[in-house]
Amino acid sequence: MNEAQQAGLQIDWAGLAPMIIVFVAAFAGLLVEATVLKARRLVVQVSLAVLALAAAFAAVVMNAGKNSAAFEIEGVGIGSVVLDGPGLFLQGTLAVLAIIAVLLLAERRTTRGGDFVAEAAVVADSAADRAQRREPGATEIFPLTLFAVGGMMMFVTAGDLLTMFVALEMLSLPLYLLCGLAKRRRLISQEAALKYFLLGAFASAFYVYGMAMLYGFAGTVDLAGINQAGTDSGQPRMFLYIGVAMIAVAMLFKAAAVPFHMWTPDVYTGAPTPVTALMAACVKVAAFGGLLRVFNVGLASSAWDWHLILTVIAVATMLGGAIFAVTQRNIKRLLAYSSIANAGYLLIGVIALGEAVGQTMFYLAAYGFTVIAAFAVVSLVRDGDEEATHLARWAGLGKKSPGTAVVVTILMLALAGLPFTSGFTAKFSLFSAALQADELGLVIVGVISSAILAFPYLKVVVLLWLNEPAPDAPTVNLPSPMAGTVVAAGVAATLVLGVAPGFLLDIVDQASIFLNT
Amino acid sequence: MNELPLLSALVAVPLIGAVVVASIRRENADAARWTALGFSGLVALIAAFVAIGFDYAAGAPWLQFTESYAWVEAWDLNLSWGVDGIALLMVLLTVGLTPIAMLAAWRDLDAVKRSVPAFFALILALEAAMLATFLASNVLLFYFFFEAMLVPMYFLIGSYGTGAKKQYAAVKFFLYSLLGGLFMLVAVIALWVNNGGVFDWQTLVDTEAMADGTLQNWLFLGFFIAFAIKAPFFPFHTWLPDAGGAAPAAVAALLVGVMDKIGTFAILRYCLPLFPDATQTFAPWIIGMSVIGVVYAAFVAIGQTDLKRLVAYTSIAHFGFIGLGIFAFTQASATGAVLYMFNHGLATGLLFIVVGFLAIRRGSAQIADYGGAAKTLPVLAGIFLFAGLASLSLPGTAPFISEFLVLFGAFTGNEPVAVVATLGIILAAAYVIWMYQRTMQGDRNPALDKMPAMKRDLTLREKALVAPLVIAILGFGFFPQPLIDTVEPAVDNTLLFISGEPGDLPAAEGVTNE
Repeated sequence: MNEAQQAGLQIDWAGLAPMIIVFVAAFAGLLVEATVLKARRLVVQVSLAVLALAAAFAAVVMNAGKNSAAFEIEGVGIGSVVLDGPGLFLQGTLAVLAIIAVLLLAERRTTRGGDFVAEAAVVADSAADRAQRREPGATEIFPLTLFAVGGMMMFVTAGDLLTMFVALEMLSLPLYLLCGLAKRRRLISQEAALKYFLLGAFASAFYVYGMAMLYGFAGTVDLAGINQAGTDSGQPRMFLYIGVAMIAVAMLFKAAAVPFHMWTPDVYTGAPTPVTALMAACVKVAAFGGLLRVFNVGLASSAWDWHLILTVIAVATMLGGAIFAVTQRNIKRLLAYSSIANAGYLLIGVIALGEAVGQTMFYLAAYGFTVIAAFAVVSLVRDGDEEATHLARWAGLGKKSPGTAVVVTILMLALAGLPFTSGFTAKFSLFSAALQADELGLVIVGVISSAILAFPYLKVVVLLWLNEPAPDAPTVNLPSPMAGTVVAAGVAATLVLGVAPGFLLDIVDQASIFLNT
Repeated sequence: MNELPLLSALVAVPLIGAVVVASIRRENADAARWTALGFSGLVALIAAFVAIGFDYAAGAPWLQFTESYAWVEAWDLNLSWGVDGIALLMVLLTVGLTPIAMLAAWRDLDAVKRSVPAFFALILALEAAMLATFLASNVLLFYFFFEAMLVPMYFLIGSYGTGAKKQYAAVKFFLYSLLGGLFMLVAVIALWVNNGGVFDWQTLVDTEAMADGTLQNWLFLGFFIAFAIKAPFFPFHTWLPDAGGAAPAAVAALLVGVMDKIGTFAILRYCLPLFPDATQTFAPWIIGMSVIGVVYAAFVAIGQTDLKRLVAYTSIAHFGFIGLGIFAFTQASATGAVLYMFNHGLATGLLFIVVGFLAIRRGSAQIADYGGAAKTLPVLAGIFLFAGLASLSLPGTAPFISEFLVLFGAFTGNEPVAVVATLGIILAAAYVIWMYQRTMQGDRNPALDKMPAMKRDLTLREKALVAPLVIAILGFGFFPQPLIDTVEPAVDNTLLFISGEPGDLPAAEGVTNE
């Protein structure tokens, strides 16, 4: 510490405050597990998590307009954490989406004890497992979620590859665990967790190798330095190619781009639905935040080298996600493939570089709210205690529960990109930015993919309204105020961003410049 | 005339009406019906004020009653409304046909357990969206309503339609239109990017901010495909027979009578002034498609076994005439095309409504289920024949004038095409007369005698709702001049772009209500 002070290290504590708040709250949550009575833990944990995230959001807002590194030595920024427009905007988005996701995690009314298992270590479907089905679920999920969200916030502001790697692990490990905690269909849930973990570990390994290659090429892990080396370095360019490819594999894995998407449908289906919502909304934001930063700050100078391969991946992701979505019979798998296709649209924003940063962030925010509400509704429609995820079970829902059906219809039309919803405004702004960057081909593929994808969404709407309900149709469980808030917030954001997107467009417009570009 | 925001009211009133009607409880079906009718009557009244205040003189500003309110400034998306002679005619058609369609469907839902308030709310929402597309003077605003319109129509077909294929028809309609709309979206964005972020139609026209060469061709195609699907022109037509066949007859009247005109209206409003060179480049191809459409659809119509599908195919033939009229680029043919849009709405609207009367009585729209029906339904049969004759453009009915103008105008420009298209008139006579003969004349189908409904001729409500259409068809058949005077200035302005002299445009009404 002394040495550092002598070296003139200045730390922007206010700028780090959002992450510090979330991490401190996560540790506090662990202490709550050890000290507070079991009966009261849920209330304490949920309030702690929501308050911490709200405080983090407030701290992000106070930092608005900052454009500097959090750590400086004698006035020169060292890039490990960078507080700039995109980083702060994405942190704020993450905080808000995470609050909503936490409320969904806390839902206990739709099924006895909630969606989470009490003791994850109990062998699935054993007598002990059946016995604990009536018990309330574990409350460790809240600190775990906070750790993951803290990691995501760090991921989107990380200015060098090493910090980014720490953040990547920080956000991934709790998620692997959360995926395996479903109370129903435990085996599928555990399979999902294992699959996600193994493939995620592979991705991390790729990342580390890629980082090593880029270090070999540039002599630094700092993103701005790598960018500089893209034009100056005398090292063989092969290091750069291999490094970019490997880093991209790891990040595209998290972003669920084809051909690194295989885990998505299985994990989305197997994980408890609130966790799926968290992944679909927040992890997407974090992954694309990271991609935007790496490619804009670190690899802009070598754009020619990766442009073609990323374009191919974007096309494959858009078309693959849309085409596979058409044949799905399970609402969670459908949403999983739709999330893959949306990753493709977002990749357009990454490829378009500086022109499209703001619009990509707008898309992330708009999509996050819509998809979180969609998964929230999925968790409400139930056959007895289990979620009715097979689409055939949703037939005729409009007759018995018109309110829910209206909500689903709005969300599906938003995902399909109809005007007056955020789906349209997001697509419009993203595609127009891409056209400004001369990516006409990608936009046309995006439009074709949207048209294909409209079919599965419409299929859901048809089922809801135009089909007769089965005699044993699932019931829509009345949500507690918490899940109700989630749905209401998601739908409200979907409509507000569709009808009056001006204020958010202004914000992303101001927040679209990375430091060091 | 700018004191009252009449055009905003035209869009807002039916929208408010839709919300009000939707909030009425299911049990109060009658309250919902009368409220909806009241709102649509109010809309018609507002439209009448617009028609009275409209300046019909040749040198008048192109768009009148203009209003503009900022919405999303980053995109130059404003709530801008304006009306020209063509749009005025379409607005009058819309506000006229909507209450008639409501009356026609008044009791249709009694047999099925469907929510009556929702049905009428959807019709009002559809009316609002259709009016907005005619009135919008901002390209993106137009696109918003062009797409949003699909939602109420989708539910009207899929949820309230008839027949086993209604869901298929609704989905096909939606996806077809959405696909076209998305191509238009790409073109809309590209237009915006290439014109420095301008979406205001008047500005685009005034500055002649047209893209050049290849780009203009692509932009034209993006817009045109969307409109050709909406219209629909051959070969983009396959959704219409399904949708028209499955929709309730009153909704089909709105679908074919009004909504499809948005396609041809938008070609005149957007394709010609914004992409004049590309329009001329593609005109021979489009004329070719139109003529094929006229003959092909007429042949297919002759072979139909379902009345609603038959009428839908006749409409595709008629849209061929409209396309021919627009792309022949003569004043007579273009004026004829616009009148065609209006008159076709009247005649085909009437035809669909009468078919609906028959179908609700018989419980089927299959031609084979009828035969000799005129014996017990003389008045209905008479109206049916009248509507059929109007739709084959018999002299003395309004459609004759428009078809004559289109063929006359086309003949001066392109003789062989006009000659082939004239075949369409003969074929039209064949499908109409034969349809009438098989359903109303000839040996009586014994099954009809067992149905008490087939002996109940037109009720007072039914007579009252067809009367205005019959009067309009006859009236404009003998006195078409008011219609011609209404549209000619706008048609002339549009054609100035094709002749390359847009500088002669009348000055824009430079006032906005901001």
